[in-house]
Amino acid sequence: MSPKTLYDKIWDAHVAHEADDGTCLLYIDRHLVHEVTSPQAFEGLRMTGRKVRKPELTIAVPDHNVPTTPGREDPKNMTEDSAIQVAALDKNAKDFGIHYYPVSDIRQGIVHIVGPEQGWTLPGMTVVCGDSHTATHGAFGALAHGIGTSEVEHVLATQTLIQKKSKNMKVEITGKLRPGVTAKDITLSVIGKTGTAGGTGYVIEYCGEAIRDLSMEGRMTVCNMAIEGGARAGLIAPDEKTFDYVKGRPHAPKGAQFEAALAWWKTLYSDDDAHWDKVITIKGEDIAPVVTWGTSPEDVLPITATVPAAADFEGGKVGAAQRSLDYMGLTPGMPLSDIEIDTVFIGSCTNGRIEDLRAAAEVLKGKKVKVKRAMVVPGSGLVRAQAEEEGLADIFKEAGFEWRLAGCSMCLAMNPDQLSEGERCASTSNRNFEGRQGYKGRTHLMSPAMAAAAAVTGKLTDVREMM
Amino acid sequence: MDKFETLTGVAAPMPLVNIDTDMIIPKQFLKTIKRSGLGVNLFDEMRFDRQGNEIADFVLNKPAYRNAEILVAGENFGCGSSREHAPWALLDFGIRCVISTSFADIFYNNCFKNGILPVVLDQAQVDVLMKEAEKGENARITVDLEAQEISTSEGEVFSFQVDAFKKKCLLEGLDDIGLTMEKGASIDAFEATAAQARPWV
Repeated sequence: MSPKTLYDKIWDAHVAHEADDGTCLLYIDRHLVHEVTSPQAFEGLRMTGRKVRKPELTIAVPDHNVPTTPGREDPKNMTEDSAIQVAALDKNAKDFGIHYYPVSDIRQGIVHIVGPEQGWTLPGMTVVCGDSHTATHGAFGALAHGIGTSEVEHVLATQTLIQKKSKNMKVEITGKLRPGVTAKDITLSVIGKTGTAGGTGYVIEYCGEAIRDLSMEGRMTVCNMAIEGGARAGLIAPDEKTFDYVKGRPHAPKGAQFEAALAWWKTLYSDDDAHWDKVITIKGEDIAPVVTWGTSPEDVLPITATVPAAADFEGGKVGAAQRSLDYMGLTPGMPLSDIEIDTVFIGSCTNGRIEDLRAAAEVLKGKKVKVKRAMVVPGSGLVRAQAEEEGLADIFKEAGFEWRLAGCSMCLAMNPDQLSEGERCASTSNRNFEGRQGYKGRTHLMSPAMAAAAAVTGKLTDVREMM
Repeated sequence: MDKFETLTGVAAPMPLVNIDTDMIIPKQFLKTIKRSGLGVNLFDEMRFDRQGNEIADFVLNKPAYRNAEILVAGENFGCGSSREHAPWALLDFGIRCVISTSFADIFYNNCFKNGILPVVLDQAQVDVLMKEAEKGENARITVDLEAQEISTSEGEVFSFQVDAFKKKCLLEGLDDIGLTMEKGASIDAFEATAAQARPWV
């Protein structure tokens, strides 16, 4: 047999039909659904009289536009249009018989945190969702990617997607990370190197010692932002950490089924002489704590750097960089660590898991925030409960953070958690696009530890100085 | 879905790189449960000020481009979120074709589901079309999907690549869910085999 990559193996195990031109029907093992990109898909099913082919493989949870403040079980406490979308999801879940975690359920949270937490996401699966950050599930060695609403409807009706195979890219992070450097710094540094279109047409497999050393939470952070590098999906081969994480989760296989699954999962790695269309290697020791300065996730620099000038770039990026500098209100040559921050947001599918909250709390312990507002939005009700049990919530609250309920919140600012014009935010989320966190809001992306450090000093700060 | 065969129309130049889906349709317009009516909010934060007044120098507000049917854009158009509201908004405004050196994967696929043709050309070709588009409404660009060609009013012709299946669906306005359901027997067979091989799924 010819050597295969991990992506090749998962792909081959899921091709339900292949046409002569290579167009495939890829079978989907898990379909995650949320309130914003699904109403039109369910409406499409109703209009054509189609059913959900496999409701038992379909899991719905409202997360994108739900408020993160108490009382949200009552639709009166939501904006009218949000309440309509959540009510539509309630009804669609019921009418079509799919698994559902309403806002009143402690298991509710961001769809990409709930899936792994409940054991829906397993190695070797295909996972899709009408959300680009579906790449997160790749941390389990699952082929996971975002789809549009028409494709959501296609998966609901047929449990397959029409796909052509992507190319294989290997991103290797060798050696050890230095203190203060996290999974977020890895994933941002990779995008800084490849650019936001560098992964277009590829599925990335992240490997190397620094990746193996990451926890499952860290691996999810790395894969989550594969889409920000343009890749269809990001993958990490499953190992003992993966199997330990999965074992015992509510929807993970049990007993003999688990053993059978484990035997297959252990075959899910790229063969030594597998073919790679592109290889990127970064030394772990060369990665520093980073922040973004512009309005594209590729605008990444070490915290010790200065704001670049438009003239430092080439081609179309010159104009884009100038536009970013104007939008962000930054002057070239200014040290990044002089940039003053108004707001800190800790949360999102990138960094809303327990380990993220621990890392931020570690920096905040016994300190007070110096920013106008600071907010922690746990990624799920269960993460929130665990953080309360571990005493992290008290650390956040004593430092001056708001302690919110689970949801996507200010990552995309569809709910009331938004930046105002000119407000500058240190954010653990994944996109610094214009207007992303609020009209004319200014976003700097970074790790939870770096965001906590910024909260304490009121400026972008090298967390290593506080360690 | 409307068919796409040939199109001759005004092309609006948007040379900015990395035009993301948050720019194309900001999130406050994602709270709809319909696919229609998003054209008035296309590029909302670039097109209107906070009072809802048009920003005069934004390309689609200029008289020459108000009825543009084609966009010529910088690289990595449509990056970011998977929101299909982006092609819905473009379509509702009247844009049926976007030309760039590259597109983000999900946006690219979403276009084909909505009768919009995304065309990838190399930088030199996009540069020519960008200059052509800058001439305004007298410089009409013709897109011929069957022939896989784009021609300018000056008579320059560029050919482009498109996946054969996607092309067929666009040309005929096909419902791909219906096409997939015709392969139901293959899906049944796959499920039967998978149930044996991976019963834990």
